[in-house]
Amino acid sequence: MWQALRNELHPQGLEVVTVALDVGGADAAGPWIDYAKPEHPALIDAAHRMDELFGVVNVPSGMWVDEDGVIVRPPEPAFPGKAVIAELPVPKEAPPRILEMMQEAAKMRIEPERYLAALRDWVDKGRESAFALDPGEVVARSAPRPPECSRAAACFELGQHLHRAGQVEDAVPWFREAHRLQPGNWTYKRQAWELVDPILQGPSEEYDGDWLSDVREIGAENYYPRAEL
Amino acid sequence: MILERLEVTPRELRERTGWEIRPEGACKADRCVPLPDAGGERVDVRVLAERLGMALVQDDAHGLWALGPESGERALLSAELPEVTLPDRHGTPFSLASLRGMKVLIVTWASW
Repeated sequence: MWQALRNELHPQGLEVVTVALDVGGADAAGPWIDYAKPEHPALIDAAHRMDELFGVVNVPSGMWVDEDGVIVRPPEPAFPGKAVIAELPVPKEAPPRILEMMQEAAKMRIEPERYLAALRDWVDKGRESAFALDPGEVVARSAPRPPECSRAAACFELGQHLHRAGQVEDAVPWFREAHRLQPGNWTYKRQAWELVDPILQGPSEEYDGDWLSDVREIGAENYYPRAEL
Repeated sequence: MILERLEVTPRELRERTGWEIRPEGACKADRCVPLPDAGGERVDVRVLAERLGMALVQDDAHGLWALGPESGERALLSAELPEVTLPDRHGTPFSLASLRGMKVLIVTWASW
């Protein structure tokens, strides 16, 4: 879907770069990239550096960078079009937990129309666009970075490093600590849950949380904050 | 940043965190923080951690440390895009700086 947007806006000077946050690296993200056949750069961030560098806490998120390498919008929920997860057909024989997850996903705030209208405006007008923020506003709107978030990043990094080194059990306490320190970071949580339960990200012996419970705890409508467009 | 000892070279530090070692100290965007020995070939990570508010977490069992990003008010210290190079699915490195001159939408996603 990002490729379709790129087809539309590349002639006007926009390049799309996708970055997959996947501890599994090319083994995990590669087949999806192959399927999408992107003409734009499609990169892989196995260590979740995007979280550290830019304050990414959920996916999909988008960040805008102008021709001079200046960020004009920090990471925020970004959607290329219709919300895939909320519109997948529900199989009649699906396990009850899948049905419950899809019901929650359908409640999420996903507003591709607003986002794409803003993006097209910026591509057309550049710095004159009302959606291009000045540098001070970009910094102010980026994610909070208290010491706990720095520690969460360090713990997550130990976890992903050990997991990729094959020390799967040893990685778990570090992922758990990252979750405790930064509970609002869904990339840390979903990544770790997925490594235990790829389909449901369900309850496990390893982790206290799971996708369905944690989404219900905050309210599915709060899973993606409303973009300040 | 994963470490096997409590020191890094200035190049490793710059490539991984965006912090550059200059005579005046560790610098990123408009911020420079003095370091006691900014001219050396290696930087003491404990000093960096203390002065930049970076978490330094030790894993005794594996002889590793992890250095978190600087802490403070916000994730971004500046709107300037730092140097970031990531691999594509074939392992070929790609630098975001190579797209200078175009507007860029950087989208993060995941297979999970």
